[in-house]
Amino acid sequence: MSVLVAVRSRRVKRMPAPALWAAAGFLVLLVVSALLPGVFTAADPLRTDIGEALLAPGPGHPFGTDQTGRDVFARVIYGSRYSLAIGFGATLIALVVGLVIGSFAGLMRSLGDGVLSRAIEIVMAFPEFLLALIVIAIIGPGEASLLVAVALAVIPSYARVARVQTLVVKRAGYVEAARTLGVSPAVTVLRHVLPNTLGPLLVMATMGVGTAITAAAGLSFLGLGPKPPTPEWGLILSEGRNFLASAWWIAVFPGLVITATVVSTSILGRHLQARSARRQR
Amino acid sequence: MVLVVWGAATLGFFALRLIPGDPVNVLIGLGNVSTQVRDQIREDWGLADPLLVQYLGYLGRLVQGDLGTSYRRQQPVADVIGQQLVPTVQLMALAVVFALLLALGSALIGRGRRTAPLAGLLELVAVSSPTFWIGLVLISVFGFGLGWFPVVATVGFGALLLPAATLAIPVAGIISQVLRQGLDDAAALPFVDTVRARGASHTRLVVRHTLRHAAASSITLTGYMVGSLLGGSVLVETVFARPGLGRVALNAIVDRDVPVVLGIIVLAAVAFSVINLLVDLVADRIDPRLETKQAYA
Repeated sequence: MSVLVAVRSRRVKRMPAPALWAAAGFLVLLVVSALLPGVFTAADPLRTDIGEALLAPGPGHPFGTDQTGRDVFARVIYGSRYSLAIGFGATLIALVVGLVIGSFAGLMRSLGDGVLSRAIEIVMAFPEFLLALIVIAIIGPGEASLLVAVALAVIPSYARVARVQTLVVKRAGYVEAARTLGVSPAVTVLRHVLPNTLGPLLVMATMGVGTAITAAAGLSFLGLGPKPPTPEWGLILSEGRNFLASAWWIAVFPGLVITATVVSTSILGRHLQARSARRQR
Repeated sequence: MVLVVWGAATLGFFALRLIPGDPVNVLIGLGNVSTQVRDQIREDWGLADPLLVQYLGYLGRLVQGDLGTSYRRQQPVADVIGQQLVPTVQLMALAVVFALLLALGSALIGRGRRTAPLAGLLELVAVSSPTFWIGLVLISVFGFGLGWFPVVATVGFGALLLPAATLAIPVAGIISQVLRQGLDDAAALPFVDTVRARGASHTRLVVRHTLRHAAASSITLTGYMVGSLLGGSVLVETVFARPGLGRVALNAIVDRDVPVVLGIIVLAAVAFSVINLLVDLVADRIDPRLETKQAYA
């Protein structure tokens, strides 16, 4: 939803450079921790040690330990793998499918466009999170379901932007020119329409990764994602919920990392948006 | 509006048929029954009819306000939803009030040269924080840390404050972004000079003029946000262990109680349509441009 709003507003302020570097740096760290978690922590995210249960953050355990003595920092580091995979995976699926549906609707005349637009409109009447929940109801809980549910929930937003963008691009001078020069419709669409539709969608997708990560964490917080003891961010938070009175760190740190991730993707997305807005002027 | 509700009911009806497994299993719970009894149950619930007959039957009953019967609770879906509607509506209403107040405050204060970057950062963090995490942090700080609010109570106004604030914070961030942008845009319009030249104070200018211009888009957005509050209430009600529609939805989804899930889909569609209608009416009243457009029409 925040994605839509951001794409719609015309005047975009530039992001300050330090914020941009911090955001990019954080995301790089996150990707490294997803690929090579061993770089950041020597601890095993699954090793329990009752003697070390519920230790406050300190040397050795920067984020403290949980009820079974597992290192929360290690769990958050190893958890980045799931969240990033779902965040990027779901966004990529939504982007591709949304682009196909949207440009299809935009290129077709009257009837096809009418039916598709109506369908998109109706699905968009639903809050994304509720849509994701309904998808989970149909396909059942689990890691793969999270990815599919989050992707399906955001496809309508991408499809809508893709459709509007296609309608704009379709009337552009260069498309007209290509057609006049006798370029076949298929080639025109692939070479001229699609690439120009993609731009705004990519900006949207950059911000969408953060939204997808939050949504996936929310679903798994509700117990609809991976099963314990998987070190997934939403799952760690839901386990931490039961120990808020004695050990706030179990829930607070993973949430902080999610927030930082989403803030970073938003900053990058807005930067891209500001750049493309400047280029258009 | 009818189209949205019909479309939602239709999409929901057929999508939920895709759920693998036999609904009879949900109906009988854990017990073991003979095939004969199963067939009887299927007959009684109309599950043996062709899909189209089931669909038309559902639509027919829907038009009369009958949402069907819950598989799991064996009581009318309208009752299941009705019982839990009040706590969720209270929660959402207070959250909307909080969100508007927070957004208005931050948009009015956060437009100075020094305060604007700060407001921008706060908005970004508010928008980016997962709802359930905000809830957990608020519980830790105000519930366990300072002891200002009850942690698990479900009755009374005090118990409503933290959940509503949780739900409100991300929404407030979004509305504030749009409102500040709108105020900036409105401040650049030529009529501002006219108003200034007439000797209006800055406060009067903002309250009477630019805020009205900026408010319309924010109100449209608030309407849209109410829908997402319904999704957020699932998380908030889980975090605070509150009763409400969100919990009903979650349980129905986990239990695969199709009629209840469908009932909530229809309710969401109705709520969306009604709120959009209200939003259009209010926005027309507030934005002076829409007013004149009507006057000329």
